[in-house]
Amino acid sequence: MPDHSVATGFLAGHDFARLLSALAGQGYRCIGPTVRDGALVYDTLGGVEDLPTGVQISQGPGSFRVEFNQGTRHFDWANGPQALKPLLFTSREILWQVQRSADGELQFSQQDPEPVPTAVIGVRACDLAALRLQDRHFVEADVPDVGYTARRRRLFLVAVNCSRPADTCFCASTGDGPAATRGYDLVLDELDDGFIASAGSKRGNELLALLPLQPVSAEQRQAAAEATEGAVAMQHRQLPGRNLRDQLFANLDHPQWEVVATRCLSCGNCTSVCPTCFCYREVDQPALDRESARHYREWDSCFTQGHSYIHGFVVRPDTRLRYRQWLTHKLGGWHDQYGRSGCVGCGRCITWCPVGIDITEEVSAIAAVPT
Amino acid sequence: MTIASHFPYEAEVIERCQESPTIFTLVLRLTDPVIASEYRFTPGQFNMLYLFGVGEIPISIVSDPERPGKLIHTIRDVGRVSHGFSQLGVGDRIGLRGPFGRGWPLVQLEGQDIMIVTGGLGCAPVVSVINYILRRRERYGRLVILQGVKHSSDLIWRERYAEWEKQDNTQVLLAADVGGTPWPGFVGPITVLFEHARFNPQQTVAMMCGPERMIHAAADVLVERGLQAWDIWISMERNMQCAVGQCGHCQFGSSFVCRNGPVYRYPDAGELLAKRGF
Repeated sequence: MPDHSVATGFLAGHDFARLLSALAGQGYRCIGPTVRDGALVYDTLGGVEDLPTGVQISQGPGSFRVEFNQGTRHFDWANGPQALKPLLFTSREILWQVQRSADGELQFSQQDPEPVPTAVIGVRACDLAALRLQDRHFVEADVPDVGYTARRRRLFLVAVNCSRPADTCFCASTGDGPAATRGYDLVLDELDDGFIASAGSKRGNELLALLPLQPVSAEQRQAAAEATEGAVAMQHRQLPGRNLRDQLFANLDHPQWEVVATRCLSCGNCTSVCPTCFCYREVDQPALDRESARHYREWDSCFTQGHSYIHGFVVRPDTRLRYRQWLTHKLGGWHDQYGRSGCVGCGRCITWCPVGIDITEEVSAIAAVPT
Repeated sequence: MTIASHFPYEAEVIERCQESPTIFTLVLRLTDPVIASEYRFTPGQFNMLYLFGVGEIPISIVSDPERPGKLIHTIRDVGRVSHGFSQLGVGDRIGLRGPFGRGWPLVQLEGQDIMIVTGGLGCAPVVSVINYILRRRERYGRLVILQGVKHSSDLIWRERYAEWEKQDNTQVLLAADVGGTPWPGFVGPITVLFEHARFNPQQTVAMMCGPERMIHAAADVLVERGLQAWDIWISMERNMQCAVGQCGHCQFGSSFVCRNGPVYRYPDAGELLAKRGF
C-alpha cells in the first residue's frame, strides 16, 4: 500500500527505471541527458540505458571531454552545452502565418500550441535558476509568449543535485547551486547505490507515491550533505560580487573591453549556450507560390551585426561594443529589469567559447569590488 | 481586446503621398471594423507594419489620436522593408500591430510652453506633437519649433513650417549644416538656433528627437539655459522586432526602448546616450 504522505525516500538504483515508467505512465515524454558525438545532450530517453553511466566530463575554457570511469552513477558530471532552454524557448518557432488572396487581401492566423507533456530528468540547480528568469521574461510579461507558456505548463522537472561540478562552474558564487532548493517537482541526491528522492510539488509527491521507496538512513543523508559541501568546495571560480551593475556601468571605458575584444570572435556561442539569454529575431518566409508566408522567430545573439541594425546604421559595429553590451546587460541591466543578475554560474560560456574567454576573469578585471 | 501583441491585423493603404525623393507617407485603415473601433494610440507611440513575405518595421504614428480611423505613417525608403512599402499604392494590404511603447506626455503638459527640437530626417515622432498642439492651440503656451537638417534640400514639408510660423505665439527656426538657395534658415548645427529661440526656461518643456549626439548636445545647451533636465523629453530609436520587450534588440541600459520608451525623460536615458554602442 503506497503511503501518500511520503515526501522523501530512498530509491534503489535498480528501481530507477520505475521513475521513468511512472512518468511515462502519466503521459510524460521523458527527456534526459545522453552522450552523443562526444558531448552530453538532452534528448528523449528510451530507458535508463540511454542515460550516461560511469561518465565523467572534463571541462575547461574552450574544452569539453567525455571520459569514462568504472562507476555506476548516471549524474556524475556537471552539465552539457544545453539543458532546459531549447525545450521551452525553442531555437526556431512559427509565430503566425498569413494567406494572401488573389485580390491581395491578407488573412493572418496562428495555431494554438498543443505541446506534449514533458518530464526532464537531471535538471541542475543552475538551470532551475535560469528557468525562473526565463519564466519571468516570457510568461510573467505584458504579452506572455504563447508557445513558451504552453510548454512550461506541461513540464515536469526532476532535479539532480550536483555532486561533481566542472572546472568552469561557479554557481556557489552566484547563489544558484550546487543543490536545487526550489522550482522542481522532484529532486534527487545521487548516491552509489541509489537516490534520495524528495518532492517539491504536489505532482512530485504524487509521483513518489508510485515508487518503491525505503526510509532514508542517517548515513545516506550525511553522504548527500557531504556531496553538496564537496561540490561547493570544488569550485574555484567566482564572480567578484552578486550585484556588479554600478561597477560595470562606471567602467564603460575600461581598457579591458578592448583586450577581450582582441580575443573574442563575436561568434555567439556564449549566448547560444547561456541558459538565460533570450534574444530572438523575427524572419518572414514566403511560400514559393507567393500566396502565403510564415513568420518565424529564431535565436539571435547580441554578438551579430544585425542585432543592433537600424535604418542603414549599426549601433554596435565592433566586438568591443558587443561584448560590453552582453556583459553590462547580463550582470548589470538585469538587476533593474529582473531583480537579479542574469548569470547563474553554470560556466557554459567559458566551456563553449572557442577561444576560452572566462567571464569571471573578464569581470574581475573590469569590475573588481574594492575591498 | 488589444492588437498590441505579436499578432498582426490587416490594414489597407487608403492614401499615399511622396514627400521627398526618399520619404513617403502611407495613410492606413484597419480593415476589421471591430479591431478598428477599438484601436487607440498616443502621439509618440509606434506601430509594427508588416510587408507580405518580407518582414516588419517599427514606424511612428504621426496622425491625430482623436482620428484613429486614419493611421498616418511617414517612412523613409532606406531598407528592405521600407523600400517595399515605398512601392505600395492605394488599395494595397499590409499587416499592422500596435500601438507600442510610451508616447509623449501631452495631456500632462497642458498649460506649459513647448519647445520642439528635431534633427536630421527623424522628425516624424515630433510632427505628431506639433499637429496635436496646433489642433488644440489654446491648451498650450508658447510653441517654439527648432529643426536642423544636414543639407537644406533634406527639409521636407517646407510649406508646413511656413504655415506653423504664422500661428500665434509660435516661433519656427531652421538650421542646415550645409545651406542652399533659397534657404530661409540659419547655416550651422542646430545648437546655433538656441541663441535665437525666445523661451522662458522656467515654464518650458522640450521634446526632442533625431540623432542621439544632437539630442545630447542640444540638451546640454538647454540645461545651460536654465531648463530642468527633467523637463526634457526625447524619443529614441533602436532595432525593434517583437515590440513587446522580449526579442532583446532594443535593449538600452536597463530598459527596452520598445516598452519603456521610445519616449523617455532625458535623465532616464542621459548618460548612456552619450556613449557609443548602447
